[in-house]
Amino acid sequence: MSANLPVLLVVVPLLCAPLAALTRRPRPAWGVAMLAAGWAFVVSILLLSRVLAQGTISYHIGDWAPPWGIEYRIDEVNAFVVLIVSGIAAVVTPYARRSVEREIDATRIPLFYTAYVLCMAGLLGISVTGDVFNVFVFLEISSLSAYALIAQGPDRRALTASYQYLIMGSIGATFIVIGIGLMYVMTGTLNMADLAQRLPMVDANRTIPVAFAFLAVGISLKLALFPLHLWLPNAYTYAPSAVTAFIASTATKVAVYMLLRFFFTIFGAAFAFDVMHLDRVLMPLAIIAIVTMSLSAIYQVNVKRLLAYSSIAQIGYMILGISLASVTGLTAGILHLFNHALMKGGLFLAVGAVMYRTGSVRLRAMEGLGREMPWTMAAFVLAGLSLIGVPLTVGFVSKWYLVLAGLEKGWWPVAAVVLVGSLLAAIYIWKVVEVAYFRERSREEPVREAPLALLLPMWILVLANYYFGMHADLTVGVAHRAAQVLMGVAQ
Amino acid sequence: MSPEWTAAVAVALPLLGGLAVLALRRWPNLRESATLVTAVALFFVVASLLGPVRGGARPELVLFEVVPGISLALQVEPLGLLFALVASFLWIITSLYSIGYMRSHHESHQTRFYFFFTVAISAAMGAAFSANLFTLFAFYEVLTLGTYPLVTHHGTDEARRAGRVYLGILLSTSIGFQLLAIIWTWLLAGTVAFRPGGILTGTASAGMLSVLLVLYVFGVGKAAVMPFHRWLPAAMVAPTPVSALLHAVAVVKVGVFTILKIAIYVFGLDLLRTLPATPWLAWAAAATIILASLVAFTKDNLKARLAYSTISQLSYIVLGALLANSMGVIGGGMHIAMHAFGKITLFFVAGAVMVAAHETEISRMHGLGRTMPITFGAFFVASLSIIGVPPAGGLWSKWFLGLGTLEAGQKGLLAMLMLSSLLSLVYLLEVPVKAFFRPVPDGAERAPGIREAPWPMVLALVLTAAATVGLFLYPEPVFDLMTMVVAQ
Repeated sequence: MSANLPVLLVVVPLLCAPLAALTRRPRPAWGVAMLAAGWAFVVSILLLSRVLAQGTISYHIGDWAPPWGIEYRIDEVNAFVVLIVSGIAAVVTPYARRSVEREIDATRIPLFYTAYVLCMAGLLGISVTGDVFNVFVFLEISSLSAYALIAQGPDRRALTASYQYLIMGSIGATFIVIGIGLMYVMTGTLNMADLAQRLPMVDANRTIPVAFAFLAVGISLKLALFPLHLWLPNAYTYAPSAVTAFIASTATKVAVYMLLRFFFTIFGAAFAFDVMHLDRVLMPLAIIAIVTMSLSAIYQVNVKRLLAYSSIAQIGYMILGISLASVTGLTAGILHLFNHALMKGGLFLAVGAVMYRTGSVRLRAMEGLGREMPWTMAAFVLAGLSLIGVPLTVGFVSKWYLVLAGLEKGWWPVAAVVLVGSLLAAIYIWKVVEVAYFRERSREEPVREAPLALLLPMWILVLANYYFGMHADLTVGVAHRAAQVLMGVAQ
Repeated sequence: MSPEWTAAVAVALPLLGGLAVLALRRWPNLRESATLVTAVALFFVVASLLGPVRGGARPELVLFEVVPGISLALQVEPLGLLFALVASFLWIITSLYSIGYMRSHHESHQTRFYFFFTVAISAAMGAAFSANLFTLFAFYEVLTLGTYPLVTHHGTDEARRAGRVYLGILLSTSIGFQLLAIIWTWLLAGTVAFRPGGILTGTASAGMLSVLLVLYVFGVGKAAVMPFHRWLPAAMVAPTPVSALLHAVAVVKVGVFTILKIAIYVFGLDLLRTLPATPWLAWAAAATIILASLVAFTKDNLKARLAYSTISQLSYIVLGALLANSMGVIGGGMHIAMHAFGKITLFFVAGAVMVAAHETEISRMHGLGRTMPITFGAFFVASLSIIGVPPAGGLWSKWFLGLGTLEAGQKGLLAMLMLSSLLSLVYLLEVPVKAFFRPVPDGAERAPGIREAPWPMVLALVLTAAATVGLFLYPEPVFDLMTMVVAQ
């Protein structure tokens, strides 16, 4: 069985999804989701340690040798991404039980968990597969279930948010499938490793650059790169709290992973950056994203929306690191995938707890909560400090490597933008802090602290921000090796 | 206990005290005892390091490694030890003072106040014993954030606005400039460790290193070199014990201490002397000295005047570091101690007047000296130390700073120091002189029965004032530690 772990990682959640639907009652459905998340988490740890010890795992589905059969291929890069997705699922799913009971009608909860587990399976599938068409299939699975999840939000505007995301996401997926199709036409293969070998042999013509462009736009849409981010603020704002925390910490990360996989592994860094000059597109957009989206975050009065804009800015950091096309830059980008999942996950879970008690996530709902929900707000402040990049947090480690990568190339403005982004983050986080701690409550009734079932997962993520900020050798080591693999640098 | 772990204990002890404060929140007397006991214990822990360090030991302890080459590590060396001794000793006295102040002033949220005080002291200890730039930066930021709840203690709109200025300036300078400089240093030198003689020699051109130095000097916002000084007057909304220990000693001294550390152990004095930016920055410090003194004149609020006086005095130490010779460094280091004792006394007096007579403005303190003679007498003695005349310890640090300017061949800077002393003579002595010799204004309605402040406060300010005289008579311990710094 242990040899089959790569496929079981995806198959078990896929099977859990209909099971959750069949239970027809909230608690058992949640239990099934827990099972899937726990399973994925354990397997992802096993896979990562195996990759680190023995190198790349190649798994042939049905024993059909690639490139004819479908290959699951796991190296440092996706082993890390799988760990992020399943780790966040393992923390958010226990949180979801109480939060979802409060926000979603009991009759729909089994179906909710069905979609939830499907979404997780899709994201895991994208991450482990070594076949580009498989990527598209899993992308559709995760996207469609995500639309359904977002539409469950308690506010009716969740429906339009979901619809907006559906349209934009479908355009992105279509672009991706067009790109994949063009590559298939030119090379006759869908296997990533095979594509990487055959693409350079294709005679110079426009088809491959066009495929490249379609993929670039499609993936950028999925990862919400400025200015293709328009679906994100509403989707994050109106989705149920647990969904926001899960999707914000995983979906865009997996999209960034797709970008890395397509442009570094398949096309190769040389083609992507020296021929297609991807950096000239990505870097300015990343910089604009960091500055303008952080500024937008400052002016939000809905805390979930504030954090959503912050997410777009943070995605800018990842893309900025990647666009530097150096090992350090890539390390910073990959590292930030993990680190941002920890901080945003923690923040969204804290906001979810506020939603649970006050029924609102507007800034005004937070008045006086510093006293009434001390543990929740302390978690918010501590995760916020990580977002700002205070030393001993993961945010600091990310920033350290990003600035280092910029300075290494002698690009001062890059370093400056990273630090300015940090200061803007301080402003929007402090805006919430001031309301929570300095304003008196204008609500009628007092509220109590969130239940332990919400606090525990929240604090696990918050403390992880500090643990991995103080012991970053594991995450930095993996990110560094992943960066070397992607850059094709000998280890 | 081995000296390596002693430093770690010095960082951990205040935090443990803080937990005790939280645990004892229902029993105020026990709670305050916890603070006092912790403070006394801390001082003895720090003092126990004096012997080994004098014997030449430089105990080092790596707490954990964040990534290879960058670790949170402690090291005890003379300059840090001097700072830790001063801060931990004054914490005892401030704790005594706080008890009187917080209770007679009927402050709310006293548990929170005492708790964050311990956090700040812990961070100051960590900064004092940091073995590399990363560790120093980490504790520097913890200190910024840990003092925020103290600055905004009253929770009013004014406190909230002041808190914004406080965090805004300290965070933006430290993240925008200092962090950038640290990462750049790491890129150039491949290390961020403090080493005698510096780590940057020969790593980049003098021009590049000059830019780096500028980033450091202005990036250490806690040193309050103009134009990044506004946070310090803003912090004066805090309760007076905070202004006294944190914004005259711990926080601001971490700033100038950082600059001294960077000058001595990152650049190295020999390299620093050759950089084209060094004399310019020294003049920027001199400008801060004069300008802040001039602003102090215009302030009628006693705490605000003292704040600007602090800004001016801090730049003495920055200047000492930038003179880049042993006399300047000795003078700068000694001034950390001398100014601390003097300025904390002045703030203690400001708080005592606030509690006893409910006065904050200098112009309304006329004639108060007769009802509060001990308090204003202490103010007079401490002022002498800040001005730098006998019989107070401030003379010695200014003496060596003056020698440093001559050794650097900068007679102009010496003139600036003299001028500033004259200015401080006027703006500081105005307070006790008016309090003693001006009659009580006719129109002023003064509540009958004003007496000296409660005894813990009076005792505290008498002790620190006496210490300034003591440091005049026995400056050797401070001087010896600083000569060890430059002899390395």
